[in-house]
Amino acid sequence: MKFAILVNEGPYTHQASDSAYHFTEALLRAGHEIVRVFFYHDGVNNGTRLSVPPQDDRNISERWSALAQQHDVELILCVAAAQRRGLLDDDEAKRAGKDSNNIAEGFQISGLGQLIDAGIQADRLIAFGD
Amino acid sequence: MSVLHIVNKSPYERHSLDTCLRLAKPDSAILLIEDGIYAVQQNSATSSKMQQALSNHPVYALQPDLEARGVNPDNMIDGISLVDYDGFVKLTTEYDRLQSWL
Repeated sequence: MKFAILVNEGPYTHQASDSAYHFTEALLRAGHEIVRVFFYHDGVNNGTRLSVPPQDDRNISERWSALAQQHDVELILCVAAAQRRGLLDDDEAKRAGKDSNNIAEGFQISGLGQLIDAGIQADRLIAFGD
Repeated sequence: MSVLHIVNKSPYERHSLDTCLRLAKPDSAILLIEDGIYAVQQNSATSSKMQQALSNHPVYALQPDLEARGVNPDNMIDGISLVDYDGFVKLTTEYDRLQSWL
């Protein structure tokens, strides 16, 4: 079955990001297809490559990146939500005249249309948030 | 069209469980995750509401979230079923629509 996942909450806030990650892992274990994981609102903070949690804590953005790499999962950050919160890829950083990008491996910035598209393509859309 | 209602907030913090139970159709199920877990406890302020819900809907609770909160499964209202993440995935395939009460 095809699944789309929406994450509306940032990492280390309540539990949405962890729940979404564990659910996505379980989907892959069961052999389901993941159309896309879409990060919206504060959820875009999952995509920073500058997060440095304590060593004995989970690294949420690295964990998403690893999942993307190992299972070819598409991780999309909403562009408008990302710009407001200072999450920029190379193109967005250049366009805004900033000195650096800060997007973690495997994440891409795109528009809200990608959420609609995921909802259309997938058999199930599940939202995690606060 | 069957719906899996996913409630992630404590009934002592928000009204999402109440709203969910008021609107859920008889062929739909309730899944309690994250702080939603606190609604499973017997002899609590919400237990009669949950018992009523159980007469209309299957009710599930996510076991890892129950354990994370130190809620004793022996203290759960009878009739609530525990699922792990694999069981959570299975539920999402069995119901046509997934409604997260965020």
